[in-house]
Amino acid sequence: MRLAMGAVRDVDVVIIADKVRELFIEASKSLGEDVVCALEKARTGEYSELGRFALDKIIENIEIAKDEALPLCQDTGIAVLFVRLGQDVHLTGGNLEDAVQKGVREAYREGYLRKSVCDPLSRTNTGDNTPAVIHIEIVEGDRVQLIAMPKGGGSENMSSVKMLTPSEGLEGIKRHVIETVRQAGPNPCPPIIVGVGIGGTMEISALLAKKALARQLDLPNQADPRLSQLEKELKKEINNLGIGPQGYGGAVTALAVHAEMMPCHIASLPVAINIQCHVARHRETVI
Amino acid sequence: MNREHETPAQNVKCNPDEPVKAENIQKAVRIHTPLTDEICTALRAGDAVLLSGTVFTARDVAHRRISEALQRGEGPPVPLEGETIFYAGPTPAPPARTIGSVGPTTSGRMDIYTPALLDAGLKGMIGKGKRSAAVREAIRRNRAVYFAAIGGVAALLSRCVTAAEVIAYEDLGTEAIRRLSIADFPLIVINDPEGRDLYEEVMKNVCDRQS
Repeated sequence: MRLAMGAVRDVDVVIIADKVRELFIEASKSLGEDVVCALEKARTGEYSELGRFALDKIIENIEIAKDEALPLCQDTGIAVLFVRLGQDVHLTGGNLEDAVQKGVREAYREGYLRKSVCDPLSRTNTGDNTPAVIHIEIVEGDRVQLIAMPKGGGSENMSSVKMLTPSEGLEGIKRHVIETVRQAGPNPCPPIIVGVGIGGTMEISALLAKKALARQLDLPNQADPRLSQLEKELKKEINNLGIGPQGYGGAVTALAVHAEMMPCHIASLPVAINIQCHVARHRETVI
Repeated sequence: MNREHETPAQNVKCNPDEPVKAENIQKAVRIHTPLTDEICTALRAGDAVLLSGTVFTARDVAHRRISEALQRGEGPPVPLEGETIFYAGPTPAPPARTIGSVGPTTSGRMDIYTPALLDAGLKGMIGKGKRSAAVREAIRRNRAVYFAAIGGVAALLSRCVTAAEVIAYEDLGTEAIRRLSIADFPLIVINDPEGRDLYEEVMKNVCDRQS
């Protein structure tokens, strides 16, 4: 048997733990350029005085958080981590799950981040913001990509998964997205980003919606022109709702709509909507 | 009366055909706790306010515990009469800081407990998002007021907090009840004692515009 030595790359999980810690601390205190630009653009186009007031404070907050190394929002989220693990990577020094949890524990302690994870029934806080939610995908290559996404509870609570019937089609999807955003109103801290997951199974639609939120804000869906068209139409219709920044009324309710899709069963049309507040935090790195 | 301005800010409309005046926000009304009937009844949904004084943080589990104490016939761990509750759980204070980042959580989750607290004397609430019909009615009945703070600007809002002290339910960590001293804390009136609701008026304006 011939072993393709050299094709496998060792990665110590200690490095992964360190990176996870750094990513969550950084993500909680500063936003990506894409989000900052979208907010500034929103401020320029906002007609409502109260809406502009909210956007001014939102933009000012980004500066203050950076200057004072404080979290942008007191809700520093449940720690969601996407791991894209190259199949030629050999993990050493321990197991991946423990390393990620260690990184999250340290981030929330050392970064003075809020511990927002609890037992669902007793509501007792776990004390260190673990367990993190980890999504692992095996991909080609010998790299490890980590995407840290601290996810706030207020916007997550306004999210939804619905199993539509195939006859409801694209119109049904649009209706459901609009209705979900309308019902949410001021609660998820607009301006929001709307992640839409279409197809797959029930749980995959939800995961697609969450992945859609990790995409750079100014990038439309590249895979399917029907989806980039849907994103454009939904954004327009959502902004026509007039909810506005913080629900105070105005032109900007959504900064972006991102849709992702996968084939589904002939009987089904799952659609998931994952809502992200304006503090759209994500940080990534490749090891 | 603890108001520095004689006239309350006019209600801010969100209809683009009737643009609101920038001075409504720049001339936010300065008010101080404790919130009296007089202060509350002068406020209108849509007013911009800068609040100073003392507020108590309490969110999900603290509300459950206060409610259980009231049901047992015990007093609440903090006096409610004339007080203001801020639905918030701050981040831990880094060294040499008064408080970490602090901002509003979604108020609707507290709705189930709120009418009883208002009937027990609570006058002000700070949070974000819609309230139930029962809460809005209790606000009207008790001449109270519900303010929204801007969500997701917690580093900015932490600058308005001059003192913070845990005073009950310390075991709850971020969810403990804290007494905060605040100065010029920026707020918008959502529900006023006349029963008006800014969020509803915003959506009604949109419907009127589109019909």
